Amino acid sequence: MHPQVLFKNRHPDRIATLEEYRASGGYQALADMIAHRTPAEVREIVLNATLLGRGGAAFPAGRKMATIADDAPFPRYLVCNADEMEPGTFKDRVMIHADPHMVLEGIAIAAWAVRAERCVIFIRPEYENAGRILEREIEIAEHNGLLGSRILGSSYSLDVVVHRSAGRYICGEVTAQMNALMGRRANPLQPPPYLTEKGLWDLPTLVHNVETLACLPHILLNGAEWFKKLAKTPTGAGTKLFGVSGKVKRPGCYELPIGIQLSEIIEDYAGGMIEGSEFKACLPGGASTAFLPRQHYHVEMDFDALKKVGNRLGTAAIMVFDHKTCLVAATLNLMEFFARESCGWCTPCREGLPYIRDLLALIEAGEGQAEFVPMLEQMRVHLYRSYCAFAPGAAAPLEGLLTHFRDELQEHIREKRCPFKGAEGSRGRGVE
Amino acid sequence: MLPKELKERLEAEIKRVEHPRELAVDVMFAIQDHYGHLSDEALAEAAGLLGMTPLELDELATFYTFTFREPVGKYVIHVCDSVVCWINGYEPVKDYLCRTLGIDLGATTADGLFTLLPVCCIGYCDRSPAMLVNRRVYGNLTPEKIDGILEQCRSRR
Repeated sequence: MHPQVLFKNRHPDRIATLEEYRASGGYQALADMIAHRTPAEVREIVLNATLLGRGGAAFPAGRKMATIADDAPFPRYLVCNADEMEPGTFKDRVMIHADPHMVLEGIAIAAWAVRAERCVIFIRPEYENAGRILEREIEIAEHNGLLGSRILGSSYSLDVVVHRSAGRYICGEVTAQMNALMGRRANPLQPPPYLTEKGLWDLPTLVHNVETLACLPHILLNGAEWFKKLAKTPTGAGTKLFGVSGKVKRPGCYELPIGIQLSEIIEDYAGGMIEGSEFKACLPGGASTAFLPRQHYHVEMDFDALKKVGNRLGTAAIMVFDHKTCLVAATLNLMEFFARESCGWCTPCREGLPYIRDLLALIEAGEGQAEFVPMLEQMRVHLYRSYCAFAPGAAAPLEGLLTHFRDELQEHIREKRCPFKGAEGSRGRGVE
Repeated sequence: MLPKELKERLEAEIKRVEHPRELAVDVMFAIQDHYGHLSDEALAEAAGLLGMTPLELDELATFYTFTFREPVGKYVIHVCDSVVCWINGYEPVKDYLCRTLGIDLGATTADGLFTLLPVCCIGYCDRSPAMLVNRRVYGNLTPEKIDGILEQCRSRR
């Protein structure tokens, strides 16, 4: 059993109460911080802990905090990104349902670090239960002097509200999220200005993911060195919430050290592959990462190690595919998702994704031509010319298919049929 | 016309915030819950409350997954068709729903009770295949489970 930090109060069937959270040391970091630490000190500890953003982009959290200038105007905003719309990802939902006060304490710490007075939690509509939990627990925290005005009797005040989205993938992109929060169509914005200069309502805004924020109380309480040592690899820091799904026996969310081997997660925690299935590939960190083939089955799940094998840790949402799953069809499904969810703002994304989807659909239907493969290669490159990170993310699984499963793609074209069609289980578990 | 009580509640909520349009989604949801969908008239009413033009609000209403510009059934079923649900049985689930309800994706049953729509990953991959009924989640779907869910909806009509 690896140390449980974020999930230390996790129960299988209910959320941890404020009392339980406090009994486990909760809100101690906040009290110590208010009494003894300046915002600059907090930023430095977070920087030294080398905490990388857990929402998928892995930007150093301390560095992001430091980009809000000392003389930046007030009021400043903190946005907690609970949109979590990356396919395969559900860790933030589990985190909020396990221990909402850990997230709220993290919010109070991050806001203090940049002297923000207002926090908005942006949450997707499918997580209405989590939204209600947060609203209720915010009220409880305010009632106990842990949020709201004059926190713990100090001069520090923080107003926290929950903002519901009406559901679109692009809202998870931080600049698009600002537009969504301001009641505008959620198109992305290209910096400069950066959100930390001009974000929500043109005011300095810091955006962090739910899990990133939940790490903060522990970093403050136990120190940067302790946090770094939680990882199994010297390049990593902290634990990570891995969401495992697909063809495994026990899909679920597991808190494990950064740098743990993929094979260990799948076999020891997710219960191994389901009966009759063999590991073929996985998407290691959401739909915007590339297929990771069998040869990397023992890869260390660390931002650095995955980069070395041409992949990304992303949101650490591990989606496992078995030998009976057609990866052309899987990529087609992913491209359908991206084509549907593209906000349409820029041409490479709006036009390129449906084009790729249509080529893959023809190949999967046995109507592919040899020249489709170079066409896919070419369109993949066009995706990098898009306005925001959405389309380059969409390019990742296609790139994985072209790099590691080109034979499978070619076989579809050569044989004029999907080699998996008709094979038992190619479309997953039967429901009928 | 919105009932007086609902209108006053929304006006009070809007008054409390610095920028009315930040409540655009909340107001659209409240009005949609009342009418069932956002008709042109409903959208204009919502825009009026928010100090936005109907066109500005329509930019949002047509953009989001969970705001409906056309009439929908009393129960809107969103079946997740993203990759994890897909490998774990989205197609048979969808086929079963279409057959049982006698409609295709995108359609509403003749009695106005159910609308069936595909939706992108809803974040319940650990319980796939999954779907939402009026934004409430149901996972690990089987035909028996789907029958039970539909029966529950019918008995609540």
